[in-house]
Amino acid sequence: MKLLIFFSLIPLFTAFLIVLLGRLRNQAVLLVTAMSVYLMKIVNASGVVIYKISGWSIPLGVCLVADGLTVFMLCIVNLVALLVIIYSCQYMRGFTDKWKFYSLFMLMLAGMNGIIISGDLFNLYIFLEVASIAAYALVAFGIEPEDLEASFKYAIMGAIASVFILLGIALLYSYTSTLNMADIALIVSGNPGSVLVSFVSVLFLAGFGLKAALVPFHAWLPDAHSSAPSPVSAMLSGVFVKTLGLYALSRVFFNLFSISSGKVFFALMFFGVLSMVVGALLAMAQTDIKRMLAYSTISQVGYIAFAFGVGTPLAIAGGLFHILNHAASKSLLFLNAGAIEHATGTRDINKLGGLNQKIPLVGFTSLFGSMSISGVPPFGGFWSKLMIITAAVQAGHIVFSIVAILVSVLTLVYYLKFQSFVFFGKLRSGMKEDLKSLHFGMKFSMVVLAVICLLTGMVFLPQLKLALDSAVNALLVGNGYGAAVIIQ
Amino acid sequence: MSLYFLCLILFCIGLYCVLRKRNIIKIIVGVGIIEYAVNLLLILIGYRQNGRAPISANDQEILNMVDPLPQAMVLTTIVIGLAVMVILVALALRIYEKHGTFDITKIRRLKG
Amino acid sequence: MKNKEAPGMSLIVKSVTRLTAGLILIYGIYIVFRGHIGPGGGFAGGVIIALSLVHLMLAFGKDVVLKRLDEARGIIISSLGALAFLILGIVGFLGFKAPFLKERFEHFSAGLIPIYDVVIGVLVSSGLFITFLALVLLTGKREKK
Repeated sequence: MKLLIFFSLIPLFTAFLIVLLGRLRNQAVLLVTAMSVYLMKIVNASGVVIYKISGWSIPLGVCLVADGLTVFMLCIVNLVALLVIIYSCQYMRGFTDKWKFYSLFMLMLAGMNGIIISGDLFNLYIFLEVASIAAYALVAFGIEPEDLEASFKYAIMGAIASVFILLGIALLYSYTSTLNMADIALIVSGNPGSVLVSFVSVLFLAGFGLKAALVPFHAWLPDAHSSAPSPVSAMLSGVFVKTLGLYALSRVFFNLFSISSGKVFFALMFFGVLSMVVGALLAMAQTDIKRMLAYSTISQVGYIAFAFGVGTPLAIAGGLFHILNHAASKSLLFLNAGAIEHATGTRDINKLGGLNQKIPLVGFTSLFGSMSISGVPPFGGFWSKLMIITAAVQAGHIVFSIVAILVSVLTLVYYLKFQSFVFFGKLRSGMKEDLKSLHFGMKFSMVVLAVICLLTGMVFLPQLKLALDSAVNALLVGNGYGAAVIIQ
Repeated sequence: MSLYFLCLILFCIGLYCVLRKRNIIKIIVGVGIIEYAVNLLLILIGYRQNGRAPISANDQEILNMVDPLPQAMVLTTIVIGLAVMVILVALALRIYEKHGTFDITKIRRLKG
Repeated sequence: MKNKEAPGMSLIVKSVTRLTAGLILIYGIYIVFRGHIGPGGGFAGGVIIALSLVHLMLAFGKDVVLKRLDEARGIIISSLGALAFLILGIVGFLGFKAPFLKERFEHFSAGLIPIYDVVIGVLVSSGLFITFLALVLLTGKREKK
């Protein structure tokens, strides 16, 4: 498959081209669109697709791998990135030095696509750092004191997480003498039960867990997400956390180490449940819209980690499906928060009210997003949570499932609070006239994401089921990943 | 074997520096120490007693070479570490510009 | 003793810098060009080239260097370097026949590798120099306030 390399090549190329051309930022939009079109070709390809960089054979050279999970994640990331860029073309008008924003954004996208398609562990680390460094800079983009502090905190914690991941890779290299993920999978499955592999999996759990903001490591997320410009928060929360944290974690644990059950998965489950509870409780107390959404992200990431920890096929399907739902709805909600800030100039829910009379479109779309994320039946979030909880009950984790259900109720409570304080009730006196109007691009992105929220509710759509099934299979084959890659 | 433990100790010193110090610059130095501890470990993994440089030539036998791959990896991580360090220093300068202090206990505005 | 008319360090430093800066620059270029047959290469050579510029700047003050290579121009040069690297990689799969970064031309002794080295040298030297410049100019702004 010749097209696989383009996923990280096009954003990289665009990033440097924007620097040269400066003001021609619409090219970014065009190029990402073009990439999303390329995407369709890969979706049609079946089985595991390999791309050997520079033509070296597999254990020697760097290779790119596309299996079901890769395709699933690539679709989510690029779709959200495209919509966010369409949104930010008009949202970012007020900022200076827009070309820096687009350049960094493209670097971040290149990094994320690279993580997803990489078939080489060290390459994965490099792309992870590219994405992270771009994200540190993007969080500080506003140069307010809060932004700088949030970015500094994020950069320090992110750097330590990266070092843990690098240490894990180094130890794994000393054990297997290879960096190719397929080769590692084969060698690790050849001599199971090594102490070093357990140690490395703990290191990866800490590193990727910090990138995914599981609860003991969550402190950077609310600051970073609330300080960043809204399109960046939408990207960070919608896809960044999942790609860097959860995708990499699941790829390493399921495919490389093929741990089917055990203490590591129990740890993942435990941290998942902890994140759910703590995130939801803290989100209740927030008055800043974006901080509330950020804590809600921690809670929802907890659901996904919990699902991966349960580890049965239904649970994994639920977790992956929740990645899709959460990406759509949380990006939508952050874009809504940006639109509210753009129109009224504030993010404090106590100062807002009755916005449905002025900007009904934002009200409707955010209602869709809130309902989807808190699990109200016709929307996608309900089905994914149902799948996760059913699987947990089947696997015998009764207490955890009860906690998950209770947290789901809590989620509904704070999203209803958000809705009622911001969009319903009386319009505040200060906001009668001077609301800025929203531009077409912003409206378009929000509407499309809301439609996606509704469409994913039809879980029995054949295309969706097919994509989900192949993604689940990619994780469930375990060591088969290694064999499937090596054969080609 | 003791060399590996020395790497671990260096790692722990860096971690202590990041966790305990209040001065932003010292925290950044701590991050640097951690990165170099891991780089050193990577080099040690590829090292071989009395090994020679991994250069292959037609008239020489390949005997007792050190592993070149960790060296390439370390070169890459040094570049990455440079990028992280630059961004941290730039942020620290900006923070000093806004607050006039490097003490993290005095610049806490976010509750995290 | 500071010379008040001209910015920068003392006369001794300036005289020595006049002699050494060019040598350091040439040594950096030498390292870049022999990267494919020995230790060295684009990154190491690029760092040395950037250091010679930093050296000049420390000795003569920032205006002397900024006249020749300011921040905007540095950014453009470094992104040109990055683009050139990507284009060299794409040269490999002209017409989608071969993979990315594939060797296409058999010239000299090492194919495209010397050219990669040069491109990386440009990228690294200008990139490192503009990061230095950015940090220095940032503190300069603060002092003016």
